[in-house]
Amino acid sequence: MSVLSHVGAPVGGPKDTVREPVAGQRRRRLLPYLLLLPGALWLALFFAVPAVQLAATSLYDPAGSLDLGYAMTWAFGNYPDALAAYWPQFARSFAYAGIATVLAVLLGYPLAYAIAQKAGRWKNLMLVCVVAPMFTSFLLRTLAWKTILSDNGWLVGLLRDLHLLAPDGRLLATPAAVVLGLTYNFLPFMVLPLYANLERLDYRLLEAASDLYASPVRVFRRVTLPLSMPGLVAGTLLFFIPASGDYINAELLGTPNEYMIGNVIDSAFLVRLDYPQAAALSFLFMAVILAIVFVYVRRAGTDEVV
Amino acid sequence: MANNGPAGDLRLANVTKRFGIFTAVDDLSLTIPQGSFFALLGASGCGKTTTLRMVAGLEQPTSGQILLGGAEISRLRPYKRPVNTVFQSYALFPHLDIFENVAFGLRRRRVKEIAGQVERMLSLVQLEGYGKRRPNQLSGGQQQRVALARALINHPQVLLLDEPLGALDLKLRRQMQIELKRIQTEVGITFVHVTHDQEEAMTMADTVAVMNAGRIEQLGAPAEIYEFPATAFVANFLGQSNLLAGTVTGTSGADLLIEAYGSRFSVPVERARVRQGDVHLGVRPEKLFLAPAGDPLPAGHQGVNGVVTDSSYVGVSTQYLVRTAWGAELAVFAPNTGIGGQVPIGTPVTAHWHPAHAFVLPREAGAGDRTAPILPDAVAAAS
Repeated sequence: MSVLSHVGAPVGGPKDTVREPVAGQRRRRLLPYLLLLPGALWLALFFAVPAVQLAATSLYDPAGSLDLGYAMTWAFGNYPDALAAYWPQFARSFAYAGIATVLAVLLGYPLAYAIAQKAGRWKNLMLVCVVAPMFTSFLLRTLAWKTILSDNGWLVGLLRDLHLLAPDGRLLATPAAVVLGLTYNFLPFMVLPLYANLERLDYRLLEAASDLYASPVRVFRRVTLPLSMPGLVAGTLLFFIPASGDYINAELLGTPNEYMIGNVIDSAFLVRLDYPQAAALSFLFMAVILAIVFVYVRRAGTDEVV
Repeated sequence: MANNGPAGDLRLANVTKRFGIFTAVDDLSLTIPQGSFFALLGASGCGKTTTLRMVAGLEQPTSGQILLGGAEISRLRPYKRPVNTVFQSYALFPHLDIFENVAFGLRRRRVKEIAGQVERMLSLVQLEGYGKRRPNQLSGGQQQRVALARALINHPQVLLLDEPLGALDLKLRRQMQIELKRIQTEVGITFVHVTHDQEEAMTMADTVAVMNAGRIEQLGAPAEIYEFPATAFVANFLGQSNLLAGTVTGTSGADLLIEAYGSRFSVPVERARVRQGDVHLGVRPEKLFLAPAGDPLPAGHQGVNGVVTDSSYVGVSTQYLVRTAWGAELAVFAPNTGIGGQVPIGTPVTAHWHPAHAFVLPREAGAGDRTAPILPDAVAAAS
């Protein structure tokens, strides 16, 4: 009978009036699940099932091959083997992505702040400019950087003339080129969440802080930055995760010496056709990313984000 | 620039603030004595908040000087001024708890022994034990008191209050008015309070400045302004006034003679802001009495005849509208003393008053005409 109090019918009322509300109540209770159904189905089909499949593949007998077929031997040894063989690429992925994330924060925070708080009527135009590069293909943009950074390009020429680069120095095919590519390609993922957050920043709080003896630097440290933490955390995650898994930038702007874990997985799946190792590497990568995200969100102390 | 007041007086000297072609504050000069409770009263857009923000340092004056205790502060950044503000929106920091909100100013100045001071301040505003809460867990009135504590804890030389009670409901607002007045008396800091609520200004402030269009129309103690307004704007912004358009025709002894709509009235000369030309003869509604038409008036009273066209009973009084023969409507507030009954609508009456309760104001021909602010000696303007 507790249902009655929810629908406002008097407790102990006539039976006829009770039946209808109960049926309606049941339908209302089912509604959230009905709304969840399409998304849940999608996730089950295209995430859960492939993930289980991938997990199974990572434990196949490494001696098998596409031609001979794979046998499930619960080969947990695939994991330490993969890590032993490719730990430098793992480390490089996270190092490059980490440096690129720092660069993207340094570039993206002031940009997002300027657009959100100072751009006035130019706000929308500037936002379009941030997103506009996304209208061309990722591959094309990276190839454009390859031209810009090439040995006979104007940039290398200029840097050599300014003695910022040795006469035989290069930009292309260096770690710097890969980090630059990552920073450029994923910058909008940093700027947009930061913008969305900083746009809501109440300038009256900044005035209040400066009225309470906070210099501009302290206003930023004590008010602006803490209030923009959710945007900053969202931006860094949206940036760091795809950047660390990227392989196009290392492929086009680097050499095998700059290869990241994405390149290894790519070649294991498509060139060497070593499916168990490719799957094991994918899972290892996922596990490390999850661990990093978990620790990061905990440390950043923004329970609103995740 | 000579001024021999106490060292902590806040002075504005010829301060002007323009936003583009709009003049928000127009050549404003005034002195706010140390330790006083000063109210800037005016309708929205009259420049009162801009004036306050210039004192806080959140706006730069276009020209003029702001001096605190003789030191020029108008070019100092806000965080360098010994002035704190209670903002209209409170502007509490949502990411900090109440304790840290109140401690904010002390921490920025690296003051030691913060905890004790914060606790004392929270108890002054009757919020003991709320330190660990977040601003959004408090009611509007509690947030208002946190904002007050956060400003007061810094012992500013001047505390600026920007419509701090505007967001509160009537009952809480009355309570907070008394509270604010109590705290001001207790701490002895100069309070500059911006409000559009004339009752709030009158109940709390020692001195009220009525602002209009970027200028001060009148400045003085609440009773002075109310009893003898300087301009038609003040007469109607602070309370209500009946203003009769008339012309000065001469004097008779200590009285000014005024002709309005064919009738002659007299007002003591000291109750007149001008002594010739076109004037308004003003009387407050509660100083008008109703008598049945044709009855003899009390000795010395003068009156106009009319018909009661409306009456509304508001408990403490009954408010009548009396339409005169020439079409003007006079408001008459009759106190509900229980003596004498209600006057029915349609009754011919005489609205009468004692000449000492009337006042004479200049009457401008054009709407744009302005008069110089009337500044009593007690809070004289710098010149």
